[in-house]
Amino acid sequence: MSALGAGLEVLAPGPLTTVQDRGRAGAFRYGVGVAGAADRAALALANRLVANPPERAGLEVLLGGLEVRAEGPLVVAVTGAPVPVTVDGRPAPHASVLVLGAGQVLQLGQAPTGLRAYVAVRGGVAVEPVLGSRSRDTLAGLGPDPLAAGDRLPVGPAPAGRPRLRTAPVAGPATGTVAVGVVPGPRHDWFTDPGVLFTGTWTVTPASDRVGLRLERPDGQPGLRRRREEELPSEGVAVGSLQVPPSGQPVLFGPDHPVTGGYPVVGVVRDADVDRLAQVRPGQSLRFRPVPAPEVPAP
Amino acid sequence: MSPAAGAPRLLPAGDRAWLLEAPDDAGARRAPRFARELTEDPPTGVEDVLPAARTVLVTLRPGADASAVAREVLRRWASPPAADEAAFAASADVVTVPVRYDGEDLADVAALLGTSPEDVVAQHTGTTWECAFVGFAPGFGYLRSPDGRLNVPRRAQSRTAVPAGAVALADGYSAVYPRRSPGGWQVIGTTAAVLWDVDAEPPALLRPGTGVRFVREEDA
Repeated sequence: MSALGAGLEVLAPGPLTTVQDRGRAGAFRYGVGVAGAADRAALALANRLVANPPERAGLEVLLGGLEVRAEGPLVVAVTGAPVPVTVDGRPAPHASVLVLGAGQVLQLGQAPTGLRAYVAVRGGVAVEPVLGSRSRDTLAGLGPDPLAAGDRLPVGPAPAGRPRLRTAPVAGPATGTVAVGVVPGPRHDWFTDPGVLFTGTWTVTPASDRVGLRLERPDGQPGLRRRREEELPSEGVAVGSLQVPPSGQPVLFGPDHPVTGGYPVVGVVRDADVDRLAQVRPGQSLRFRPVPAPEVPAP
Repeated sequence: MSPAAGAPRLLPAGDRAWLLEAPDDAGARRAPRFARELTEDPPTGVEDVLPAARTVLVTLRPGADASAVAREVLRRWASPPAADEAAFAASADVVTVPVRYDGEDLADVAALLGTSPEDVVAQHTGTTWECAFVGFAPGFGYLRSPDGRLNVPRRAQSRTAVPAGAVALADGYSAVYPRRSPGGWQVIGTTAAVLWDVDAEPPALLRPGTGVRFVREEDA
């Protein structure tokens, strides 16, 4: 056991569990993107429940299936997708402060709705940071590898504060069609009729991950057609960007998106709605509604 | 009403980022330097800055006043550059990259340009390239030549795996693949130079503004 005290032993990682914190902002100069928790609010809530400072790292669990054993007494919380939670096989509440004794096993079942659950541990997951962050960037291959059975995760020193909430009321993830606000641009004028984006629905395909949601138009609904056919010089893209490749099927960029792109971005999901995208499952649909851009001051 | 000559466009990229678009070629050449100035002395509310071919993406911290950031970015663009182009180029470091010109696409590139492979190599080694911006992958620098030489399109079919160290051309740029990755650029050679090492400080060999001299490995 390390000087940091009790850690977590991974018994089963589920389909994909990664270490995530608030991300790696500030590394664009190296061609490195932000990454970080896809559902930032869910990780923030988990950290708050265990009284961690907001920058501590936790686990992002795709769909569920994670099993970890506490090597010593630990305080944890599970938020995000409402996975069934058990401690040594006994049901435990979601979005609540859970106390694990040495040797106890925390198990996450399959999420009935939503896509990503978050586990915070008091002290934070204390793997070595890379360029200032513990987040796994799945596209760049930066940060700690996805969890594998047998891994041991160190846990950092407990913060001074004590948990103040026992449980937090949270709304479940949206099911069915999810509405999100989109600021048109920066390249909406590259399309014959960018307003098409705001009509009908867009289906999230199974080829979706932390890099982006790949969207498809249901039969009979019009696609986005390019007005300008020339190549767009590569330019920086923001999280939430709806980039439209020649196929006309947009990719909605997630936390591990490439930092630059060579296809026009028709619109960008507003920041307040980005977290909801983390919980949308393949097969669900998105509906986009236009929201105004921030004002550009007059010269 | 058209913007004044020399004035950039500021396009929204959502509600937490602005995309500053250079007004002309001179502005595009200024973009890496402007981005470096913004990175080193960021206006209040700016999280990060990413220069590219003709644009600079400016991302905002949570809760930042987007309009205030826009005003300050435009004000700084309008104010005289802190250093002129020549001084910036002179201050930037120049790295030497030894290349074995054995790339699978070297003959195709020569054919596309109507010249010989030997001439492609001579042109590639005969200038100082400048890293205009970094993107696509960590440490992947888009290298621009002063005279726009060796401008070839991407391959019709992109490769699922281009090895680390592949030296390539596309769209008027040259680049070295920092790591094995998919890619559609025309590969003309390979280098043993390390472009990306996450444990090094800085981790990337190339930054916007870095100069690059390619030399034939046999001559290195």
